[in-house]
Amino acid sequence: MTGPAAGTAGPQAERHHDRHRRQPVRVVLAKLGLDGHDRGLKVVARMLRDAGLEVIYLGLRQTTESILLAVEQEDADVIGLSIHNGGHLTLAPRMVDAVRAAGLVVPVVVGGIVPDVDLERLAEAGVFAVLGPGASAAEVAETVRAAAAARRI
Amino acid sequence: MTVEPTGAPAPEHPAPPPSNPAGSPPDDVAALFARTRNGDRRALGRLLTYTEGGGPLADAVAASAWPLTGGAHVVGVTGAPGVGKSTLTDRLAQVAIDDGRRVAILAVDPSSPLTGGAILGDRVRMGSAAAAGGPFVRSMASRGQSGGLALAALGAVRLLDAAGHDQIFVETVGIGQVEVDIARTADTTIVAVSPGWGDAVQANKAGLLEMADIFVVNKADRAGAADARRDLEHMLDLGHHGDWRPPVVLAVATTGDGADELFKHVGEHRRHLRDHRSEGDRRARQVAEEMRRRLHRWVDVLVAQPSGRAAELFTEVAAGRLAPSLAARRLAGELGRADGAGAETGG
Repeated sequence: MTGPAAGTAGPQAERHHDRHRRQPVRVVLAKLGLDGHDRGLKVVARMLRDAGLEVIYLGLRQTTESILLAVEQEDADVIGLSIHNGGHLTLAPRMVDAVRAAGLVVPVVVGGIVPDVDLERLAEAGVFAVLGPGASAAEVAETVRAAAAARRI
Repeated sequence: MTVEPTGAPAPEHPAPPPSNPAGSPPDDVAALFARTRNGDRRALGRLLTYTEGGGPLADAVAASAWPLTGGAHVVGVTGAPGVGKSTLTDRLAQVAIDDGRRVAILAVDPSSPLTGGAILGDRVRMGSAAAAGGPFVRSMASRGQSGGLALAALGAVRLLDAAGHDQIFVETVGIGQVEVDIARTADTTIVAVSPGWGDAVQANKAGLLEMADIFVVNKADRAGAADARRDLEHMLDLGHHGDWRPPVVLAVATTGDGADELFKHVGEHRRHLRDHRSEGDRRARQVAEEMRRRLHRWVDVLVAQPSGRAAELFTEVAAGRLAPSLAARRLAGELGRADGAGAETGG
């Protein structure tokens, strides 16, 4: 995985959780478009639940719009995007841009198959972190928690 | 923290949000509430988080919402896991929206008792929730609070009501007391079963008879649907249902069959409540029930962490200088009752 991408959260960022709650982190998990491989996402959902997070599971065939709608209604802290069809360089930046265009600062964590050579480009695009097939349950939970801490508004 | 960035931040370097000098929580709540009244989904989402979190913020939200509540018809949808509640609720929401209602759905799922985490998967079955113009859907985890969830859910329903939703569905897994409590805060409760779920004896055992205003046999395209309906009707023949006999509707949520009929009965039940002036009675009972729960919770906290006068009395009791019954009575007396007599039992 890459580390938290620079620029996702500035030092002056309002720390959502520090300010307002000691409630479980809420993360929306989804796949965009016609990528039908959701086994990994289901495993991640279970990992996060077992780590004490609240998973709002959207599953397959979502759009950036449907994910944003869920983020707003559910007041989610993090978007977890699973990508297994090789479309990460298109789909992940599209999600990040959609979040920004909506005026939200909700970090996007990508999970799935991403070649090492693409990691930097995803970080540049504003993806908070990328979790590959080798990521442990602890690593997954830690990354999502770190992302939640970087959420603003 | 009250204000969101007004424009989209530059892609490469998102601007820090406007600072919020000394934004006290109530101000924050007031601002968010005003935005909620203007149909701002994001503000409503945040206020629901406050409501869920409990404490002073939740109280502030409740205080803002309370004067604006009462307009919504609240429908509980409950039943065993896998019976099709989410899909049914989605269908009902679509019918209600087509009927011109502003619809909200509160979907409650259990938290893991071990880790406190939860997988809230109801949105997967709610296709209408994914599109603009669909219902406002909020997932809520039970978070292992025994009495707290019912209160949090009630607070959320009030807030959704105050936000201008006139048709609110509350979906719970009907397996525990907490879920039953939530269902009871609804104006109309739909109990969903599926073919092969059991016979009339099961129904009586499960206490469904008392809960349901409307029964729906979902998955009615499967064998045994007619049997399930017959068993329910037999059970209802035994009486106990006052002047409203719960109808038994057959439905196939995946195709939408029966959704119109189900929604028709929802409307009829509401009219029934109005015609028999029982709507007001029900609301009054709900408010009384909420007061009871809140007081109960308050007492639980007081006993778990005694402070002030309660701590003094606990010390007295522990030292053997005061009988527990007398200490409890004194405390109850100071709670506002002239003589805490009702609390006095031979303990």
